[in-house]
Parts: sequence; C-alpha cells; structure tokens
Amino acid sequence: MRRALGIGVPVGVLLVLAVVPELGLDIPLLFNGPLDSPGTLQLLALCLLFAGIALSYDLLFGVTGLLSFGHALYVAVGVYVTAIALTRWEWGLVPTLAFVAVVGLALPLVLGAVSLRVGGIAFAMVTLAFAQAGTVLVQKNPYGWTGGEEGTGLNYEEIPDGFVGVLNTKNLYWLALAYVVLVFVVVRLAVGSSAGHVWRAIRENEPRVEVLGLNPVPFKLIAFVLASFLAVLGGIVWLLLIGGATPEVTTANFTLALLVMVVLGGAGTRSGAMLGGFLYTLLDQRLGSLAGSSEVQGLPDVLRVPLSEPLFLLGALFIALVFFVPGGLASLPLRLRGLRPKREPLPEKAAA
Amino acid sequence: MTAALTVRDLHVHLGQSHVLQGISFDVPTGGVTALLGRNGVGKTTTLRALMGLVPRSRGAIALGGDDVTRLATHTVVRRGVGYVPEDRDVFAGLTVEENLRLAERDTDPRYELVYDLFPELRQRATQRAGTLSGGQQQMVAIARALLNENQVLLVDEPTKGLAPLLVTEVAAALSRAAELTTVLLVEQNLPVVQRLARDVVVLDAGQVVHAGPANELLADPEHIQRLLGVHGGSH
Amino acid sequence: MSTLVLLTITGLGLGAMYFLVASGLSLIYGLMGVLNFAHGALITVGAYAAWWIGEQVGGGFGTRLLVGGALGIVVGAAVAALIELVLVRPLYRRPVEQVLVTVGLALALGALVQGIWGADPKPILLPDWMFDTTTVLGANVPNDRFVEIGIAAAVLVGLTAFLRYTRFGLVIRAGVENRAMVTALGIDVRRAFTIVFALGGALAALAGVLSGVYFGVVDPARGTSLLIFAFIVVVIGGFGSIGGSAVAAVAVALIQQYANFYASSGIGDLAVVMLLAAVLLVRPGGLAPKVAH
Repeated sequence: MRRALGIGVPVGVLLVLAVVPELGLDIPLLFNGPLDSPGTLQLLALCLLFAGIALSYDLLFGVTGLLSFGHALYVAVGVYVTAIALTRWEWGLVPTLAFVAVVGLALPLVLGAVSLRVGGIAFAMVTLAFAQAGTVLVQKNPYGWTGGEEGTGLNYEEIPDGFVGVLNTKNLYWLALAYVVLVFVVVRLAVGSSAGHVWRAIRENEPRVEVLGLNPVPFKLIAFVLASFLAVLGGIVWLLLIGGATPEVTTANFTLALLVMVVLGGAGTRSGAMLGGFLYTLLDQRLGSLAGSSEVQGLPDVLRVPLSEPLFLLGALFIALVFFVPGGLASLPLRLRGLRPKREPLPEKAAA
Repeated sequence: MTAALTVRDLHVHLGQSHVLQGISFDVPTGGVTALLGRNGVGKTTTLRALMGLVPRSRGAIALGGDDVTRLATHTVVRRGVGYVPEDRDVFAGLTVEENLRLAERDTDPRYELVYDLFPELRQRATQRAGTLSGGQQQMVAIARALLNENQVLLVDEPTKGLAPLLVTEVAAALSRAAELTTVLLVEQNLPVVQRLARDVVVLDAGQVVHAGPANELLADPEHIQRLLGVHGGSH
Repeated sequence: MSTLVLLTITGLGLGAMYFLVASGLSLIYGLMGVLNFAHGALITVGAYAAWWIGEQVGGGFGTRLLVGGALGIVVGAAVAALIELVLVRPLYRRPVEQVLVTVGLALALGALVQGIWGADPKPILLPDWMFDTTTVLGANVPNDRFVEIGIAAAVLVGLTAFLRYTRFGLVIRAGVENRAMVTALGIDVRRAFTIVFALGGALAALAGVLSGVYFGVVDPARGTSLLIFAFIVVVIGGFGSIGGSAVAAVAVALIQQYANFYASSGIGDLAVVMLLAAVLLVRPGGLAPKVAH
C-alpha cells in the first residue's frame, strides 16, 4: 500500500503537469496569462527546468554532503558547448549532442578527480575557482565563440521544427518536463542503489565509512560526475528555452542561487530540492515583473527599493528560512503537524 | 562541610554512545580525589562534562554548593575551576609567558608561586610553547591552572608519557597545589595516586563502581586488580 | 623595464586590496570557522557609503575622499558587527547554516545597494596629486598606487601589532589555534567573534574605498569579484595567518598582472585559479603552517 502511494503521488503530479499546456486555466497573481499561453508555458518550463537542475545539485550537496560552489559551471558547459557547436562550428544536431554528452562526462571526471583530493571548505573553494575559470573563459571570448558579454545566439537550422517558434512553446514545456522526470528517475534509482547508501553514509560520518574499509573518493567522484552530467543536460534544455547563450549562467549569483534553491526546498529530500528549484525560479521571475510594474515604481522609496530587487526579497526570505525552517519548505507539513521533521538536517560539516 | 564538587546522576552521550550512564560522586573540599579506571571508561569525558566541554544529557553538577549544570564553560571556569587537559593543550604559537598571561583571571595572579614551582618556565618565558618538550608543556599546563585561586582543579593524566624524574616533579607540584585547593585527579600511575590521593572514585563502563578512602583501596591488590586490571603495589 | 616597474607597482596596488579583504576573511574563518560570503557585500557597502558621504560632504576631492573613506570604514565595521550579533551568533553551533546565512546576505545586500543606487558605476573623483604620476625607474606611476600600497602596509603593521601586543590579539591568536581551550580558561570567545567580524567589516570597507580609487568607480559587482580573489588568497596564504595573506596577496596580484599583460588579457585570472588548484592539491591546508582549529 505504502509502495503504491509512493509511486502514486509522483505519477499523479506528473499527469497533472503533463496536461497543463492543454488547460485554458487562468491563475491570476501567479501568472500573467492563462496556463496554455506561450508566456506562462515558458515560465513554467523554466521552473521545471530548475527543479531538475536543483535536484541534480541536491545529489551532490543534500545526499552526499559535498558543498560545491561550482555546479553552475556544468550548466554553463551545456549551454555554451551546444550553442557553439551548433552555431559557430555548424555541426548537426546529433554530433553536437554526442559531443556535449562526452564533454559532460569527461570534464567532471577530470575536474572532480582533481577537486576531490581535498575536502570540506577547500573542496568548496576549488570548485568555486574552477567555475570562476569558466567565467573568465567565457568573457575572454576565444575566437569569438562565446560572444563574451553579449553571449551568442542559437542557429535554429539544426533544431527540430517542433521546438522552434512561439507556437511550439508547449513542446519546449514538455521537453523541460521530460528533463525533470529524467533527473528524478535517475536520482531516485541512484540514491536507492548501494552506491546511494554509501553517499548517505559519507554525508553522515565519513570517517566511519573509511573504517568500514570503503574508500569514499570513488563514490564521491561518481556522485560528482552524475550530478554534473545531469546539470549539463539541463544546460542544453536551458539553451533551447532561452534561445541563446548568455553569460548569466556563469555568474556567482547563479551558482549561489542553486544552493539557495536546494536549501529553500529542503536539502536531501528529492521533493524538497525540486520544490525549491521550481519556487525560486517562479518567485524570481514574477518578482522581477512585479518590480518593473507601475504600481511598485509608484511606491515611496522605502518600499520601492526593496520590492524592485527580487534578489533582495529572495535573500531575505532565505535568511528567514535558515533561521526558522532549517529543513526547508519540504519540512513544513511535518512541522505544522507538530512533528519534528525526519532527521535530514543540513550536514554538520561539509564532507571532508 | 559542602563538597567542593558534587555530581549527581550525570549522563553523557557522544554520538550513539552512552558514555556516562548516571554517575554520582562527591569531591570533598581540600585534598585530592583520584578518579580511576581502565582506558576508555569515561574518565576524561567526566572531566570534560564538568567543564561543560561536552553536552550533558542529564544530571546535576554543583560547585561549592552552587548549581552549575546549565552554565557555559567560561562561566563555570570563572567561578573557580582550573583545568589541566589530557593533551595539555598549550597554545603552540604563543610563548610560555603569553600562555600564562592568557590564563590570568584574578587581579593578582600568582606568578611567584608558579615560577617557584617551575623555575624553568621563568627561564623559557619567551620561548614558543610549541618548541617545548612534553614535560615542559605539562608544566605550562599546570602552571596555567595554578595562576588563579580556584575552588577545584581538574587534572587529567598529568604524568602520562613523562620520564620518571619529571613524574616526580609533577607529583610534587600537584602536592603543593593540593595544599591550596581541592583537586580531582585522573591518573593511571598508582604510586602517584598513592602519594597524593585522599579519596578515590573508580569508574567502569560509564558507571561508578567504587568510592572511598584511597589508602583502603590501595592496600588491597586483589581489589585493585579487579577494578583496574592492573597489579596493585609498587611498579 | 619601465613597463615591468609599472606593472609591478600596479600589481602591488591590486594586491593591497586583496590583502585587506583576505586578512579579514582569514581571521573570521580562522577564529570562528565561518566562511563569510557576505564579505563581498561589506566591500560594496563600504565603497558606496564612502562615495555617498563624500557627495554629502562636498568640497574638495581630497576632503571627500578622506571623510567619506573614514566614515565608510566605520559604517563597514558597524554593519559587520550588527550582522554578527543578529545573524551569525545565534547560529553558533551550526556552521553550515552560518555559511548559508552569509550567502543569503550576499544576495540581499548586493541587491539592496543596487536598488538604491542603480547598477551603473559611480565615479570617484581624485584630488590632483593622486592623478599625477611619479617617475620610478623610468616608469610613470600614478600616485594613487602608492597611497594604496602605503595604506595596506600600515594595516599590515597595525594588525600584526594588534595581534601581538594587545590582550584581544592574544585571545584571537589562541582562539585560532584552539577555541575550546580558550573557553576552558574562562574567556568568553563570543566577544572576540564580534570584534573580529567588525574588524573584518572595517577592512572590507577600506578595500572598497581603495577599489574606488584604483578603478576610478564604485560599482555593485566589484565586491563579488574582489571576494573571489580574496578567497583564493586566503586559501593559499593559510586560514588565520595575516602574514600568509600578505604574501599570498602579493603573489596572486603580481601573477595576475604579469600574465594578463605578457600572455593575454584574462589569462592572468585563469593562472591565479590554476595556482589555487595547484596549491590545494599539494597542501590542502594552504601554504602557511597549519593552524589547528
């Protein structure tokens, strides 16, 4: 029975999400247009995408306890390598995807092997440094490939027609949905596997893992490569959704935002990470529109300034959450029922 | 007369392990009480719990009759507790003189006493503590605790790893210290215990298994063997 | 040759800023175990406070800079102390949550500054003598570089003296080595935490002011970019080590300058990042002797 419910809920949610583009529902306040309008679908697709990317980050941070400040690098890799291959090198779609897949496995393998030689804060710093290197590389615009500050557009010739054009936004929506489903399934399987148990153990108490005769490093590396590969895939979807590559994906804010998403929703719980990714993106976008609205612009400065900066509100919300709801939003239902959330707190220290 | 230290039903959990399972004992004022037991029974944890350095799951601790159970470490210490930890924990990057200066609490720290007991420290005042030998570091650790007037000194295995000559010196210093204040001494070296202790408390597997006058226990090698697993009498 | 001299002195000016940010970060992490992401925001707050106060004060550029700078430092210290008391101290035994709070602060404060003053850089006007150049070994070096280097050197001396000769400095040095033992001596380390955090804030604000002088503008993104390099400096120089921060700051800044010029623009930044990775792989604790935490 439990098992059936366990599968039932996600499947139910999936079915609801799948039919959204066919619904003419109007949800005021949350969305600007009815659910089946391109604008709303675009927004929802973006939210779903980040639900998936956040979940990939959760595999690293929430499950294995690896505090990485460089996860955004892999999203950026997905975005830029795909864009460059399609647009600058003028490759076909299949070779491009194959190439990106190879890079998406090889790069984290190499960088991860190097980074994981250290642990804890040092590891976090190295991942940040590598991400920064990526940022610099993009800015430097070698051979004019990345387009520097301006970014680079996308050559639509090679993209299947189904994903091109405003009318096909719902196909992009379903693509994003497919992505988050893929990430969900992969992560769920991985976490349930024996490797998954080791990851959990590493997060809880790494020395004990070693005492048991297991070398934690290969396990951490597997988690790292898997999470990064999923992020790269997310980058490809991002590129299709946005229609171009911009340096936004390489900024420090983007990296930190992933961390915020996961903690917001609840680190270490699958649903929490996805919820965090979805909500953060939704809030960020909607608050952004709200900020530009005439109502807000007309407010006295004291109110206008904080309200016109979505990141301020999100940052403040995040701080409040860390204080009062450390288990993230996913722990709220339990708290409301007066129960203590299942002991999935933030790792005591980043896994060394 | 109120005991210098009173412990009632103290429980300490470290991770999954229930290290102290409800220990109770008194440390009478004046003189030395030795805390004995095999390795790993919880002697060091007891001292650390008294200091507030490990969280206490249950129980009560009173210092000179005042309840200190809920107080933070630095507050307890300011009430008059001196601590000589098992690994000495002197600050390697600071000089001997700085190590002592850091420990000053009272308006009139007892430097004369300390340098009297350990003249070598006066000579090495500007030497970095990290370059001292084990024995010299031990002197710094004890000197630190003696600098201020305390109600009780908690001393954890002060003679561990020291050459016999140094053991004698440390024991002499502790003897002198005992004239000034109450001492709770964790020690494996039985002759030292014999020389210094008035009372003993024996722990085993996180519980008190014996408490009483020192000379009674030490006169009974079989009892010692049972409780501590070592041969009693002279080494 | 003159190019080399110019590069070197300019690099030292940059290194001065890195040192100021890194020394605060280093002490905060060394003593409190908190990786302070909000430090970048403190740089920005200090820079903008100095600019804004300078505007209010008016008068000559030198006066504006001096008064604005001095008060900017005070603002930085005050904001930092407030942050420590309200947000960091309550999370004392929860180190990961402390880091997260600083992350949230970094986002929120950065956005707030941008909301108030906009994303466009604000010019910092320098008194004439700072614009002028002095010839050193054939190179024409703008005088403001000497100001930055001079200030950083003074801070280095001052900090070292503070740590060595004052009681607070003693407590901090001991606390960086072994925090628990310091409390076991009856000292309330939490007061030292606030002081160190405020000190870090003051140093960050000073770095912000100097960045305005060095780059000629204050802008919202400067704090973050300085912060990343400061992190690299701290890791290379060793947590809790002021001397280490100084040496590492100079090394990082010079490598960055030379590589950016002699190789090509941007390579310097890459080289620094690679240096960090290399150092960490060889010595996970950084280059300074490991200070026990």
